[in-house]
Amino acid sequence: MSYRQIIADGIWQQNTGLVVLLGLCPLLAVSATVINAIGLGLATTLTLVCSNLAVSLSRRFLRPEIRIPAFVLIIASVVTVIQLLMQAWFHDLYRILGIFIPLIVTNCAIIGRAEAFASRNAAMPSAIDGLATGLGFLLALVALGAFREIAGYGTLLRQASLMFGDWGESMQLTLIPDHPGFLLALLPPGAFIALGLLIAGRNWLDAKLEGRRKQSVRQSNLTFDKAAAE
Amino acid sequence: MRNILKSAAALGFVAVIGTSLLTGVDALTADRIAAQERRVILEQLGQIIPREYDNSLLEDRMVFSDENHFPKGQLVTAYRARLNNKPVAVVLKFNAVSGYNGKIALLAGINFDGTLRGVRVISHKETPGLGDAIEVEKSNWINDFEGKSLKKPESSLWAVKRDGGSFDQFTGATITPRAVVDAVKLALEYFETNRQFLFEAAADSSGSSAP
Repeated sequence: MSYRQIIADGIWQQNTGLVVLLGLCPLLAVSATVINAIGLGLATTLTLVCSNLAVSLSRRFLRPEIRIPAFVLIIASVVTVIQLLMQAWFHDLYRILGIFIPLIVTNCAIIGRAEAFASRNAAMPSAIDGLATGLGFLLALVALGAFREIAGYGTLLRQASLMFGDWGESMQLTLIPDHPGFLLALLPPGAFIALGLLIAGRNWLDAKLEGRRKQSVRQSNLTFDKAAAE
Repeated sequence: MRNILKSAAALGFVAVIGTSLLTGVDALTADRIAAQERRVILEQLGQIIPREYDNSLLEDRMVFSDENHFPKGQLVTAYRARLNNKPVAVVLKFNAVSGYNGKIALLAGINFDGTLRGVRVISHKETPGLGDAIEVEKSNWINDFEGKSLKKPESSLWAVKRDGGSFDQFTGATITPRAVVDAVKLALEYFETNRQFLFEAAADSSGSSAP
């Protein structure tokens, strides 16, 4: 499989959040604002890269019967390391994301990639796969977060100081001044509705791209036929 | 048999690597994490008692429990502020459990004379947009407590307006402010009867709760 294919799969074709629908619990719970979404998305991406890399490097000596427990050990260690690092350097963000950082362990997407990809491929493609899958998840989170934050608060990047320090104070964009606040968007039902719309949007876009691809194939076949006829 | 042993050894090896990695990172970050936690609690305490004390709030703290005034089975932390060894105020960290959704963690600063210096919500899971007006970032409501005491307003008025008291509730949300008002009132009553103990009990730096 080419790197190009791995990246396209992770980000678009097999997007964890929007196509495979794995890891929905954090996706829905932590996407009320863009900053929360970026925080969890980056932590998940880092976890995926590290765990894929570790699984791939140890794949030769992990026999099938102990593979799954070994993956769980590896993933749990990686997540705990990330949790400690976040607690030390991004403490305020950590306090907001709270339980969802340790819960990255239970994101099925991570053990899914370990089993389906990293345990069968070399280190480099596995790391790329982790990165692409993570970025796909990050993008889904950020899209959902942006949608909900605009609908719910009328802003983008509020509380950016949690991630960027004092420098982040000025990053907030107020798109709808005097927004009265739209509660539904911030509550769990709003997360489900927004996710549904997002999946529908992705499918629509995908169908459109597919249609265009088919058309161009047909056209090139036509020219080919013509050429053959001549 | 041989294969089983091999597998066990491999799994054990993974566990050893994972554990040593964690031990290493923990050793590297422990000091910084402790400093961050101290910073957070000091910032919160600083909102209530900005100055006027010369002791270390984090070291002069005490943990206790009291089922009549605080939720059963939960520990309350008292941070004592003193100036020249004279008691100035105490900040109690406790939970209100009768909110709409889970615990509301509160800090209440009480002057030595029994007046409230201020109340802050540290964490809660109340409904965003309705119950979250208890946060100081969202509304001024919590500042209403400043200067109040058990005599001002009198005991029967320590309730939200819906219950015939003198504290505002929010449009569409009565349960959350009611929980906070009730919990603060109970904390004041505890202070009234246990003031001596609160200031004189030995500091408990071992503490079973967070710093």
